[in-house]
Amino acid sequence: MVERVCTFFWAYSSFYKWKGEAIMSLLQVVGLGKSYDTETKVLENVNFDIEAGEFVSIIGPSGAGKSTLLRCINRMVTISEGNVLFDGANVGTLGKKQLRRLRTNIGMVFQHYNLVPRLTVIENVLHGRFGYKTTLQGVLGRFTEQEKKRAFYLLQKLGIEEHAYKRCDQLSGGQQQRVGIARALIQDPKLVLCDEPIASLDPNASKVIMDHLKSITSELGITCMVNLHQVEVAQQYSDRIIGLNQGKVVFDGSNHQLTDDRINRIYGTQTRELITV
Amino acid sequence: METITKPTYMKRKKDGSISLKSGSKSERVMRWTIILFILLTIVGFLFFDYTGLHLTTAITETAYNLKVMFLEPALNHFSWGEALYQIGITLGLAVLSTVLGAVIALFLSLMAATNLSKEWISKIVRIIVAFIRAVPTVLWVLIFAIAAGLGSEAAVLGMLFHSIAYLVKAFSEAFEEVDKGILEALRATGSNWWHVVMHGVLPSTFTYLLSWTFLRFEINFSVAVAMGAAAGAGGIGFELFMASGFYFDLSEVGFITYAILLIAIILEVLSTRLKKRYFPASVRH
Amino acid sequence: MNQKVMQKRKWQSTLFLLIIIAVTYLSAVITNFNFVDGLAAFPAAIGWIISNLLITQESLERLPTILEKLNETVFMSIAATTTAAVISIFLGLMGSKTTSLNGILSVVARFIAAVSRNIPVVAWALILLLSFGQNSVTGYLALFVGTVGFLTRAFIESIDEASQSSVEALTATGATYFHIVNKAVIPQCLPQMISWILFMIETNIRSATLVGILTGTGIGYTFDMYYKSMNYNAVALVTFSIVIAVIIIELISNYIRKVIL
Ligand SMILES: Nc1ncnc2c1ncn2[C@@H]1O[C@H](COP(=O)(O)OP(=O)(O)OP(=O)(O)O)[C@@H](O)[C@H]1O
Ligand SMILES: [Mg+2]
Repeated sequence: MVERVCTFFWAYSSFYKWKGEAIMSLLQVVGLGKSYDTETKVLENVNFDIEAGEFVSIIGPSGAGKSTLLRCINRMVTISEGNVLFDGANVGTLGKKQLRRLRTNIGMVFQHYNLVPRLTVIENVLHGRFGYKTTLQGVLGRFTEQEKKRAFYLLQKLGIEEHAYKRCDQLSGGQQQRVGIARALIQDPKLVLCDEPIASLDPNASKVIMDHLKSITSELGITCMVNLHQVEVAQQYSDRIIGLNQGKVVFDGSNHQLTDDRINRIYGTQTRELITV
Repeated sequence: METITKPTYMKRKKDGSISLKSGSKSERVMRWTIILFILLTIVGFLFFDYTGLHLTTAITETAYNLKVMFLEPALNHFSWGEALYQIGITLGLAVLSTVLGAVIALFLSLMAATNLSKEWISKIVRIIVAFIRAVPTVLWVLIFAIAAGLGSEAAVLGMLFHSIAYLVKAFSEAFEEVDKGILEALRATGSNWWHVVMHGVLPSTFTYLLSWTFLRFEINFSVAVAMGAAAGAGGIGFELFMASGFYFDLSEVGFITYAILLIAIILEVLSTRLKKRYFPASVRH
Repeated sequence: MNQKVMQKRKWQSTLFLLIIIAVTYLSAVITNFNFVDGLAAFPAAIGWIISNLLITQESLERLPTILEKLNETVFMSIAATTTAAVISIFLGLMGSKTTSLNGILSVVARFIAAVSRNIPVVAWALILLLSFGQNSVTGYLALFVGTVGFLTRAFIESIDEASQSSVEALTATGATYFHIVNKAVIPQCLPQMISWILFMIETNIRSATLVGILTGTGIGYTFDMYYKSMNYNAVALVTFSIVIAVIIIELISNYIRKVIL
């Protein structure tokens, strides 16, 4: 049974691949495998393509390898097997300089925001510009007036302009996450990777953050990949959902294709009940 | 380029560029502290007494001395048994001052903890402790040595003072962090002060107190070495002093240094383990 | 079941207490420590201190010399601490898991720190005294070495604790190592570092007295001189001036800590 479903998804993803050849996809993941130690494979033969302008959610039980998958895309962890092609470049083989350039093109948003707590909001946002600076410029802390203005503009867009000079540790979780998003956006990325951006937030703040992420794609045309724990949120916001289980892609399709049966397959039946409650 | 509709929140520097710093007090104090450090350091180097210093010869000699010490350690003026005995004395001084210090500190810290004691008592204890801490241990030992004669009593008493001061601070902070609810619950049942301490405060802080005591033991070991060397309190520190200042025997200095290093590292590893286990966050000073 | 656990606990505590008592007794035997004498010595010593350690008019005349030496010691401690801090920042960055450049450097940094802090300052002082002679530099270097060891460990802890998540985030933006260290790690850890430096200055002033006795410099030497010539009034004055200096510095650092932390 499982095999049948897998074959189905295989067929599905090759359909995407075929489509991808016509217009080059923004991101192509081909036969990706990852293991941290020699024994366990955290990711195994992962294949999918992502087009520019897509909003993709990745769901799966804890430990399925969602975070690892995102970190392979900007090579925050080394890739063990297969290839990741971003915008034509093979991520796995990039040199140091090219890797930096790649990372400036990919923004990242974290569950725990990963801001520098003691620095001001505006400083944290501008940290997103370091990828464009030489070491000397960055060490001296020189940012152009234009960069600063853009940082303010982004803060205004995200509705936290009035906190610009507050220390980040004085903000609420939702506000901190918006700083995190601003930091990613000021990079002028083509792709934003979000690793459980709302897992530490209450429902209201979660909605605000998800709305902002959605508008990144719909208004700015920036591709988003979001790891999520809540299936409902994934269904509500994304065009496309990828389901991971034990390092393998077990679902890849649009949100209305994600039936209860398939959700059960992604999470395993018992755990699913725990999650919905 | 997108424009900002309300630039009201933007702060500008004197030269008109957009500021990034909030200009808070803590930033200012930090900057001044660092400037002060730099200035004081420069002045410090000017203040130094450089009599009889020949830097190049001193450095080459030290390099040679270190080489002899660390590569050719040997015992010449006393036997292995004697060395162990001297280490035993140093450890013994450290044990005595730590154990006695912990017992006395326990009582004093109950008086110093603001949630267990009256405010004025707590203040008095704290002032006394601050005073004791400000006098270097070696001065206490030397002062006691005049009054009580030079012997282990003077050394232990002198070291005791600092141990008490250190532990009172640590213990009373631990007591103050005891959950208010526990104390209230016990008081509500009509328990007297002793009951509250014995059944509420001590059980919930016991492991903390033990780890702090062990940390102090680690410190007291090196203090005991120092007291041996500087106040003639005996033990391995005194042998070190004799080897370097009297016999000029670098190999022996090397041997003794290795012995001290070995014990100090064992103690440090043990106390780091304790720390990891009982202080999940970082250790305060 | 519960009773069994309780009983076991009780046993453990009793055993523990017995061990402590045995070790303490053993220590008393080996060091020739007499509890009764010790107890008796204490009130006698306090009595002696009160009646002999008095600051008199005659000793006050020595105040300028004493203050000059005290100054020397305080400045030596500060200079040793701040210069050691600079080295420790580098060793700390190398030693911390989040900012280390490679494994070997990290081990080397931790090794240097462990050796230099676990060899007591007195040992360093005695070793350096042999070739540097009786001057401030000997004391300075002895304090410097010990401080490097201590501060490196403290800095490694601060860096590990404070910066892992922001280092990850900045790496992901394409920032270089120097950006990350300069603009995220250091700003985040600076208050903690300053706090440790202040703590070390206080500690070093006390150690400097000890080192001074051995190396014949600063306030330690002054104390030793009056002590050996049994000029106890001057001894009292020296002690009080040290106390006042230490307390003033403690108050200043407490203020700074309160504002920045
Ligand atoms: N740095 C690492 N070193 C070793 N193993 C790791 C590392 N990071 C993750 N793993 C392992 O890889 C597996 C997948 O982890 P990952 O964090 O990618 O899962 P996840 O789907 O993001 O889970 P969660 O929903 O809990 O965040 C887990 O078994 C985890 O233990
Ligand atoms: Mg994860």
